[in-house]
Amino acid sequence: MTENHELRVSKIQNGTVIDHVAGGQALNVLALLGIDGTRGETVSVGMNVPSDRLGRKDIVKVEGRELSQSEVDVLSLIAPAASINIVRDYEVVEKSRVVRPETVSGIISCPNTNCISNADEPIKARFTVLSDGVRCDYCDTIVREDEVAANLDVS
Amino acid sequence: MRQDHLISAADLSREDIEAVLDHAAEIDANPAAFRQRHAGKVLGLCFFEPSTRTRMSFDTAMKRLGGQTVDMGPVESSSVKKGETLADTVRVVEGYADSLVLRHPSEGAAQMASEFVDVPLINAGDGAGQHPSQTLLDLYTIRENAGLDDLTIGIMGDLKYGRTVHSLAEALTNFDARQHFVSPESLRLPRNVRYDLHASGSQVKEHTELDEVLPQLDVLYVTRIQRERFPDENEYRKVAGEYQIDMETLEAASDDLTIMHPLPRVDEISSDIDETDHAKYFEQAHNGIPVRMALLDILLSQDR
Repeated sequence: MTENHELRVSKIQNGTVIDHVAGGQALNVLALLGIDGTRGETVSVGMNVPSDRLGRKDIVKVEGRELSQSEVDVLSLIAPAASINIVRDYEVVEKSRVVRPETVSGIISCPNTNCISNADEPIKARFTVLSDGVRCDYCDTIVREDEVAANLDVS
Repeated sequence: MRQDHLISAADLSREDIEAVLDHAAEIDANPAAFRQRHAGKVLGLCFFEPSTRTRMSFDTAMKRLGGQTVDMGPVESSSVKKGETLADTVRVVEGYADSLVLRHPSEGAAQMASEFVDVPLINAGDGAGQHPSQTLLDLYTIRENAGLDDLTIGIMGDLKYGRTVHSLAEALTNFDARQHFVSPESLRLPRNVRYDLHASGSQVKEHTELDEVLPQLDVLYVTRIQRERFPDENEYRKVAGEYQIDMETLEAASDDLTIMHPLPRVDEISSDIDETDHAKYFEQAHNGIPVRMALLDILLSQDR
């Protein structure tokens, strides 16, 4: 299986590899991390790569940037199985899993159009993270895990 | 109460609820003793949506505690019309008042407003969200008429958008209550309320027909099905007609059934029921005074 990846997405010298992302979520992962390529970093994306654990998985490699735990934890909402590898000089020096944060703010918009967080008020949408989704701290609307990606607010 | 504000019934423990209801009973028994309790204090009434009962009963409750009220008046003639945010409005009004009562058409408005003010804020209805002070007077009425434990209650009507229903259902999870929800399929309880009821381990059942549960009920809590929730008039009439009660409906009910309604009603309870011992909705509305006096007294007496 590993050999397959190597063919598709080359190794990086220094940076972060986000592996075991649910198939089809790689672009949402990049959006959530605010990585759009405009800062010149080399980004490689493999999508729907065969995986023993997930069936199909996505993999994202960001050259020249080490992502912190707090930066990657938010990925747990759309890619709960993701693993994070910090690479230095082609070697994995740190390996970790994403940990679900207690709350997330400003990255998901509330799907309830009548929620005060969608009005012109000086607040950001804020959600409490549940075991299977998130819940709006203002209007209590529950967004299930499979609905989170459709409600990302990363513009 | 543990918190400075009253935003959602989900914030209330059984102890919190009983403290308010016990205090309300004390006030009800001897209102004169509380006449000067909050002399010199001011309650700010911020109603961004029409209200008769809630606005008047908070106004009356504060005055019967010796305090005064300031009312921002209708939205049409206020600074909101000029585009002021709610966050700014409540920060200004908290400078005029010792506590605020807020009604707003957006869900979550009271939660947001409470994050911008230091005085106690009471949610008097946020869109289709919550209406916890109504719940306290509902619970007071239930306790007086049927008791809050070993209770079988039917809650009927617009369960999806009915904020009094959401608050009541959440609060009843603190008691030994079996809750039956009766509504058309399209107006079932929203996902978040069902989630909380499930998490609390409460005994909950959903029905589309009242006659499935009516004979076993101690309390029937009826709410209005709103015309604007339906795409066309015919659909509304068809559905609404199935959730109206009259003397004939009550033939299957227990003699001790207590019928409640947060009011206003349109035609969901026929007026001939008003004269029966079942009808407690006017008593329920009147209970708004001692219960809101108790709530205000508790919130205004907390050490800040």
